[in-house]
Amino acid sequence: MKPQRLLHEALQFSAARAGGASKVSVVVEGKPYTYGELLDQAMRLAAALRSRGVTRGDRVAIYMDNTWPCVVSLYGTLLAGGVFCIVNPQTKADKLEFILNDSGARILLTDGHLAKEFVPALPQVRQPLAVIASGKLPAEAASIEAFEVVVRNTPPGSAAGDIIPLDLSALIYTSGSTGNPKGVMQTHQSMVFAAGSLIEYLRLSETDRILCVLPLAFDYGLYQLLMTIQLGATLVLERSFTYPAQILARMQEQKVTVFPGVPTIYAMLISSHGRTPLVFPDVTRVTNTAAALPDEFVVKLHEIFPNALIYRMYGLTECKRVSYLEPELADQKPGSVGRAIPGTEIYLLAPDGKPVPPGETGILYVRGPHVMVGYWNRPDLSDHMLKPGKLPGERVLCTQDFFRMDAEGFLYFQGRSDDIIKTRGEKVSPVEVENALHSIPGVREAAVVGIPDPLLGAAIRAYVVVEPESGLNDKQLRVACASRLENFMVPKEFVLRAELPKTATGKVSKKLLLELQ
Amino acid sequence: MSIESKIRAYIGENFLFGEAAELGVSDSFLDKGIIDSTGILEIVMFLEEQFGIKVADSEMLPENLDSIANIVRFITSKGGGQ
Repeated sequence: MKPQRLLHEALQFSAARAGGASKVSVVVEGKPYTYGELLDQAMRLAAALRSRGVTRGDRVAIYMDNTWPCVVSLYGTLLAGGVFCIVNPQTKADKLEFILNDSGARILLTDGHLAKEFVPALPQVRQPLAVIASGKLPAEAASIEAFEVVVRNTPPGSAAGDIIPLDLSALIYTSGSTGNPKGVMQTHQSMVFAAGSLIEYLRLSETDRILCVLPLAFDYGLYQLLMTIQLGATLVLERSFTYPAQILARMQEQKVTVFPGVPTIYAMLISSHGRTPLVFPDVTRVTNTAAALPDEFVVKLHEIFPNALIYRMYGLTECKRVSYLEPELADQKPGSVGRAIPGTEIYLLAPDGKPVPPGETGILYVRGPHVMVGYWNRPDLSDHMLKPGKLPGERVLCTQDFFRMDAEGFLYFQGRSDDIIKTRGEKVSPVEVENALHSIPGVREAAVVGIPDPLLGAAIRAYVVVEPESGLNDKQLRVACASRLENFMVPKEFVLRAELPKTATGKVSKKLLLELQ
Repeated sequence: MSIESKIRAYIGENFLFGEAAELGVSDSFLDKGIIDSTGILEIVMFLEEQFGIKVADSEMLPENLDSIANIVRFITSKGGGQ
């Protein structure tokens, strides 16, 4: 049997199995699509991308909601030999423009309803860029092709034959400390490995029906799809958790067995359970990452999901996932995010590079095939995160997160070593939020910090000095930020101040700001 | 003020930045990226206070809440805003 080496081979193998082509691969907002349909549509799109110039290693930006065209686009790009660069659909025009330029994308695959952001970004893109959009096309950009027409009218060809496992499969943009996002480079090999490791410890099988309400642009959401296709299982894909009643009904109707969530989603579920008891006996795995799961939630989650194993996990985009806690050990290791995922190794080092004895705090290092190649176009930033490893020439990931590890290798999160804020599992650069605040007319000064939050991990707090005549209040600041940033980057709290404390060199002192509380 | 203009004013003030006029009566809030799960809870609280109705968890569906037109229809069907 041919082993799976490339990410998209999962789709080809699952569709080729006995009965595989007629099995449902993805249910998008209630509408089922088989493996046969997914492979056919993705092969058509791949041929269309090839005929529009995409060759081995070319980047294809996918700026889409959790939709059927998005699923087709991910696999179509890979089948064409391209590298998908998936962008959160909440991204605003300026940042989209940066990502399109930085990645050098040749094609933009998007949804017509996102035109308000992508149309203004297009004139600033430096390289030739073809745009294919699903749904209703914007009237103002005549050169945009219709996704549905392109897919329907292009006969399927063959998959790119020149790709090897070390080739890039994805660029996943994540926030950087300088304010500009940076593209995490992952290869076919690293992503196939990571999906397999997750499948192993989550004890998933082809009979599973995995829910995904998380954005496919967030690696936690993306891997629900990748694992599903690798298993030949079924993904139940929803746009978001915005309308919980719809999701809960869909879970019953689709007999969902795996529920991946984050604490904010669990909080909504538990609050609804408090008003009208909920129970989902079909769910056998519940997973949490992004922020620690509060202990009091676990009791309630066992009521809602009486037959489920509950997994606590920790990770970062640069290696997808670092650790998980075996559900059976939850009572013995409270507060721990567990041990290294299968096939990988983790260890702590002091800031001077010396090993750290058990029980003491150190910086977490990750070694394994899941570690990124580096940041696209940013060797300087890559060197900050990737350090020499045990073998000559090897590079391991320095997470910049402080942890404590007990004698059995279980990890306990202690804090971050830089000022990046990790909120809802997404990294947020304070500089990026401060830049957005400074661009609001009437804002004189702004400083952004992370403060501990039980649901978000860290919540974003902005200290702002406004021009007195502007009359800006916190509500207006929030709305203005929401028009400039993705939702998870919008500060949860705004504190208006007459002035901000400064250091001797005239820079805003975040330490003093926090002490003033 | 009509139900529609009250809702439009609220959405404009709380979720859009001076662009409320561009929002079509049938435009999906999800498509436009203007609300998330926290936002929908705020809208529900506003509707309950403003129109004296009670929104059940099971009614928090896109067909009731995902556009100005859907909200107007929902409020009217519940006898709110009389």
